[in-house]
Amino acid sequence: MGLLSKKDSKLILDPLADNNPITIQVLGICSALAITAELKASIVMSISVLFVLGVGNVVISLLRNIIPSKIRIIVQLIVVAALVIIVDQVLKAFAYELSKTLSVFVGLIITNCIIMGRFEAFALGNGPWRSFLDGIGNAAGYGVILIIVGFFRELLGSGTLLGFKVLGDPIEKTGLYSLGYENNGFMLLSPMALIVVGIIIWVQRSRNKALIEDH
Amino acid sequence: MAMDTDKNSYTVLFAVGMVLVVGSLLAFAASSLKPTIDENKRLEKQQNILYAMGVNENDESSANFVSTADAPDLFKKYIKKQLVIQGGEVSEDDQAYLIDVKKEQANAKAGQERRLPLFVGEKDGKSYYIAPIRGKGLWDAIWAYVAMDENMVVQGAYFDHKGETPGLGANIKQRFFMDDFIGEHLKANGTFKGITVAKGNADPKNLDKTDNEVDAIAGATITGDGVSAMIRSDLKLYVSYFNNLKNN
Repeated sequence: MGLLSKKDSKLILDPLADNNPITIQVLGICSALAITAELKASIVMSISVLFVLGVGNVVISLLRNIIPSKIRIIVQLIVVAALVIIVDQVLKAFAYELSKTLSVFVGLIITNCIIMGRFEAFALGNGPWRSFLDGIGNAAGYGVILIIVGFFRELLGSGTLLGFKVLGDPIEKTGLYSLGYENNGFMLLSPMALIVVGIIIWVQRSRNKALIEDH
Repeated sequence: MAMDTDKNSYTVLFAVGMVLVVGSLLAFAASSLKPTIDENKRLEKQQNILYAMGVNENDESSANFVSTADAPDLFKKYIKKQLVIQGGEVSEDDQAYLIDVKKEQANAKAGQERRLPLFVGEKDGKSYYIAPIRGKGLWDAIWAYVAMDENMVVQGAYFDHKGETPGLGANIKQRFFMDDFIGEHLKANGTFKGITVAKGNADPKNLDKTDNEVDAIAGATITGDGVSAMIRSDLKLYVSYFNNLKNN
């Protein structure tokens, strides 16, 4: 037996593929569209969400028996907001450059529906360890999609990856550009992110027919 | 543990307790991290000013500051004078780089005389005059440090922003945009004209340095217009200083 029992590892692996928060549950779409024009922003956003969702799920799970049900949504919001502010402040103090790249997006984690969704659907009914795994799994599932979308948008939109000119220089006309290739500026706009997410959903469901909802 | 968590009194108590705990936690975090954050901001200003006058660690394509550890020493070495211009009066102030341009702009709106910081740097026998400017982008504030020579010809610039769109407006802090400003004239025929970030520019490789135009970033029209506007409005305030400089 490995590090995790079968049931526990399912908590991490499920959201990565067959129960992905973005492509299957269609949560957290807003940030997936907004920040994926660059790979770097996608990666840092994924890490921040990983932290907030992992810790947040544990906190909510520890408090689950004493939270009054009438105000549970507000309590969840406060936990997310507090964690996000702490992340923001710590980044500003110890990773100033990074915090500037992220700017408003850290704050926007508060509005990410995946987080509230996992608090409400999982952490309120499960122990801290399982909640932690669930949080990590879902955040990773979210992050994978973000990174895939960011990869294609930056590559096709700007011809760069993490800022490196991988396709040559568009102004000097070197590399691919010498053959007449042009960057597709449309890739940098949000609608294209939705189309990329759509393509991922399409590929995923055509590979696993069980995921197709029947109406 | 059996507890009636549905009672109103419990709910209120829980809410009060939660607010107290979270509030004090955040207050503690904020106040204990504040000195580090302020120090970061101070160093960043020095790095920005040095960057504009060409003291940086740029490699082939990306913009890199001098390290935070070296910034204070290099700042002392290269910046010879820090000036504050207020209503035609010029005075020296070695804390001028800490002047908050945003506050000064607000004060100017309220009718007060605006304090204009100007940093005089020297590198390889050449003088640089570096001015901070600030304006509006698409989502939030944008600002810059512009280094000029005696004739208001740009020698270097550092742009930054608070929340422009990554991949679009945020690219104003990329080398390909900032470097376009180097050598560009702010004056035309002796009068101040500014530099316009122009779409449909006939000179995309920016060979003509006297056309008062640099090439815009596709998809970042409003950020580009903001850059043009802040150059026009804020650098204009320094024109009389430069005119006096030449007359003396």
